[in-house]
Amino acid sequence: MKIEQNEIEKIAELARIRISDSEIGQVTSRITEILQMVDALQAVDTRDIEPMANPLDATQHLRPDKVTESNRRDAFQAIAPSVENGLYLVPKVIE
Amino acid sequence: MNNSSVAQLVKGLRERQYSSVEVTRSYLDRIAAMDVHYNSYISVDEAAAIAAAEAADKRLAAGDAPPLTGVPIAHKDIFCTDGMRTSCGSRMLDNFVPPYDATVIQRFKADGAVVLGKTNMDEFAMGSSNESSFYGPARNPWNTELVPGGSSGGSAAAVAGWLAPAATGTDTGGSIRQPAAFCGITGLKPTYGRVSRLGIVAFASSLDQAGPMAHSAEDCALLLNTMAGHDPRDSTSSNAATEDYSSRLGDDLDGLRIGLPREYFSDGLDAATRQCVDYALQELESQGAILVDVSLPHSALTVPTYYIIAPAEASTNLSRFDGVRYGYRCDDPVDLHDLYTRTRGEGFGEEVKRRILVGTYALSAGYYDAYYKKAQQVRRLIKQDFMNCFDSVDIIAGPTTPGPAFALGTKSNDPIAMYLEDVYTLAVNLAGLPGISVPAGFVEDKPVGLQLIGRHFHEAQLLNVAHRFQQATDWHLRSPDFATGEQH
Amino acid sequence: MQWECVIGLEVHLQLATQSKIFSGSPTTFGAAPNTQANAVDLAMPGMLPVLNEQAVCHAVKFGVGIGANVNKRSVFDRKNYFYPDLPKGYQISQFEAPIVGRGSFEVLMEDGSTRDIGITRAHLEEDAGKSLHEDFHGQSGIDLNRAGTPLLEIVSDPDIRNAAEAVAYLKALHRLVTYLGISDGNMAEGSMRCDVNISLRPEGSQTLGTRAEIKNVNSFRFVEKAIHHEFERQADILESGGKIVQETRLYDSDRDETRSMRSKEVANDYRYFPEPDLLPVVIDDAYIEAISDSLPELPREKRDRFSAHYGLSKYDANVLSDSRPLADYFESVATGCGDAKIAANWVQVELLGQLNRAETVIENCPVSAIDLAGLITRILDNSISGKIAKQVFEAMWQGEGSADEIIAAKGLQQVSDTGALETIVDEVLGANAGQVQQYLEADEAKRKKLVGFFVGQVMKLSKGQANPKIVNELLVKKLV
Repeated sequence: MKIEQNEIEKIAELARIRISDSEIGQVTSRITEILQMVDALQAVDTRDIEPMANPLDATQHLRPDKVTESNRRDAFQAIAPSVENGLYLVPKVIE
Repeated sequence: MNNSSVAQLVKGLRERQYSSVEVTRSYLDRIAAMDVHYNSYISVDEAAAIAAAEAADKRLAAGDAPPLTGVPIAHKDIFCTDGMRTSCGSRMLDNFVPPYDATVIQRFKADGAVVLGKTNMDEFAMGSSNESSFYGPARNPWNTELVPGGSSGGSAAAVAGWLAPAATGTDTGGSIRQPAAFCGITGLKPTYGRVSRLGIVAFASSLDQAGPMAHSAEDCALLLNTMAGHDPRDSTSSNAATEDYSSRLGDDLDGLRIGLPREYFSDGLDAATRQCVDYALQELESQGAILVDVSLPHSALTVPTYYIIAPAEASTNLSRFDGVRYGYRCDDPVDLHDLYTRTRGEGFGEEVKRRILVGTYALSAGYYDAYYKKAQQVRRLIKQDFMNCFDSVDIIAGPTTPGPAFALGTKSNDPIAMYLEDVYTLAVNLAGLPGISVPAGFVEDKPVGLQLIGRHFHEAQLLNVAHRFQQATDWHLRSPDFATGEQH
Repeated sequence: MQWECVIGLEVHLQLATQSKIFSGSPTTFGAAPNTQANAVDLAMPGMLPVLNEQAVCHAVKFGVGIGANVNKRSVFDRKNYFYPDLPKGYQISQFEAPIVGRGSFEVLMEDGSTRDIGITRAHLEEDAGKSLHEDFHGQSGIDLNRAGTPLLEIVSDPDIRNAAEAVAYLKALHRLVTYLGISDGNMAEGSMRCDVNISLRPEGSQTLGTRAEIKNVNSFRFVEKAIHHEFERQADILESGGKIVQETRLYDSDRDETRSMRSKEVANDYRYFPEPDLLPVVIDDAYIEAISDSLPELPREKRDRFSAHYGLSKYDANVLSDSRPLADYFESVATGCGDAKIAANWVQVELLGQLNRAETVIENCPVSAIDLAGLITRILDNSISGKIAKQVFEAMWQGEGSADEIIAAKGLQQVSDTGALETIVDEVLGANAGQVQQYLEADEAKRKKLVGFFVGQVMKLSKGQANPKIVNELLVKKLV
């Protein structure tokens, strides 16, 4: 299937990835190629086939409700781009 | 001690023929001298490696040393290492030094192994040639004009070039087996859930699996003994019992039924590569194995299925890289939106962005059923094909790749051609099965791999077959000229 | 035009657990920023979620408690969107296969009637962190302590028609979940946050109008105000011929208005898909049965039992079963003194009155149930009058001791000795000869009134300690 450039722009916005005007044409055609390749799936009859999310069809084990972590804020914030008073800083969030 | 297998090093260290510091030093020196040619490492911390080796020597002297004490091991730069940069081959994590170890790293440390360094890889493990690495491609020690394969290309190159006795890799669609084949080494992708994923930077959660890369099946077994086991901190980790993966290496192959999927021996397979695989199968037959024609009818769908599921999972696994808590952050963001889009636009490379976009598309409103859900249904059909085969055969065999290593640059601008490199390896990940690539000869001096696929949790059997093959052949013992400095 | 309001509520209930839903970090409220956010909560590379068994247990308790179909196989999904308080870039929630399916529970409305409100579903999910907007040089600060706190999102059917019903529903829900012990129900700490879906339609219409969603309303009072405000806003738009835009709005309690949250409106495509880092949660009948067997008596059962067993009115039974501690307290008092009606009266009027005035809760009540029962026992055996009892209760509240100790110390024992009382009665009759004369000439109705007057005088003289019953008998005997 053919995907339009404005659709790629919408997807890029959803994924929060900036694509420059000079790249967008190339990106669109590459992704079109990939989507054409995966279109082979559409021909497969999958009626009554349960989707498989996990290759072993295993089930979840549960963790006891215990506190196992201690405060390591200093270690984690030492590698953060911008922190102040224990908070991570980002450009102003407007609601 | 140079060019010794892991098994030999374990013995030599225990018998005090040499110390861990000596072994580690010798590898560090080789890396310093040779890696300029291979670019197989992203980070090497000499001081930390020597300190770990000294500690290992003390344990060896004290006589309470666990199995891998003092053996230096290289790790793909996707495993988080406490206090040591973990870049995942990306600008996004170029400055990322995690304050924690992956479970795999913890287990190696607990078993006494020395972290030799962190190996090069395709960015976020997305690639089959190592060319998408932010640090430039690793090169194939057999011929540095060739790619080493990917995404665990650095680990394969380091082992093949004797810059590490063994290494770890991860395999989402062939990323251990394909580079192992290209570099003439042995690489095992265990059953999904056999090895903990905790602390491995996630690519595609339902496909990712870590495994050993070494010269021989025997060495892979030693590493797997350390790596395998349930991890309560990984919900997808299996609590099926592990076994001593070395214990059954010598079992004979009499009556072993090996299925040969006809789809793996069809048009796309290079003729010379096929010849190597055929010889290898004859060798197994001569040891008493029975070759059986089987079919995996949905094989043609593995590439499309994989290229929906893997990008879809990746697209959201990589959402956490947002420039807020760690990693790359763009300069002077004007607002929140700018912070996100520029950090991610600048921090990710081309292939990673492409896959995030494909995955986002496949999950987006109106397309979910046609793409993602459909792919998960076909995935079940693909797994069912294998299960049907395993009703009549013990293992499945075929080529690891359609042909030997290709030259750098030949496919890096053609994503689809690159994706087709993994046509024989993807299905194993989709079905969660264990698979191993074993050196099986050369095509024009380029190594070729034989792939063996087993039932879920039958790693010991795969290693047994691979080991028996290696007892009768010497492909795995060959080394490139560069590495040994002498003719092979 | 007459508009009918159609309201559905989504309550985010914080579940009472020690650790987070997917990590071993503590959930304690009020810690210093980011000191309770660890590798998993911070979405550090390679970190993976593991489900907390207590969260599952609480969700199942809720399901059983509302008679819902508890799904034996439920699945976690990723809800994808970028926001700084959402470290992974997705929230782990349940979309297609929630743990709790359709159910209902009884809500006591303001007018005393009861109605079952349907629950569409309830699912487990993780909470996000907080963005703090104080000025950090024009930036926002992110605190991820709350990220990963277990939530049960409880979605009601659109069965609610006005603000009072919404509040009644929330109160009943609050009561239910605190009875079940699955949440501390602490509204001030955000343990129960509410999204209100509201639409209008002409009275009598069966089709639903376009709805607005009001996010994060954090108290019963604000729910009421937000609904009032939103009703007016939508009615104004509709009556002037406008159309309601389907959107997310925020209730601003300072200005008492709702306003559009434009930031969350940009291309919302959550791309839900099964969370591959978690596996389907599978529970069996035995598990559900064990939880069912362990459930405490629920509000409705308790209220009905209070009515039936103690002969209380539905209203009284409802007040006394408002919380488990209060109900337990009442039952101890009733059992201790042997008269449930007087016990109910004392707990409702005196005790709850004092608690209200002291702005405290039953758990911190300075008067124990046994002591209150002791006090009531002294009323029943005529040791003190009801009036004196209130005085004694005051002293008990101040910590001056048990009822008997206070009665003894203050000499408040009721005087029932006929000889002593006769003296007082004679004194009163002597001092009020006019009234005595009136009494003798009066009819039956007037006589009753005058007896009341004489009793009052006797009580006054005895400082309230005279036994009014004996005084009455003496008066009737003497006034002939």
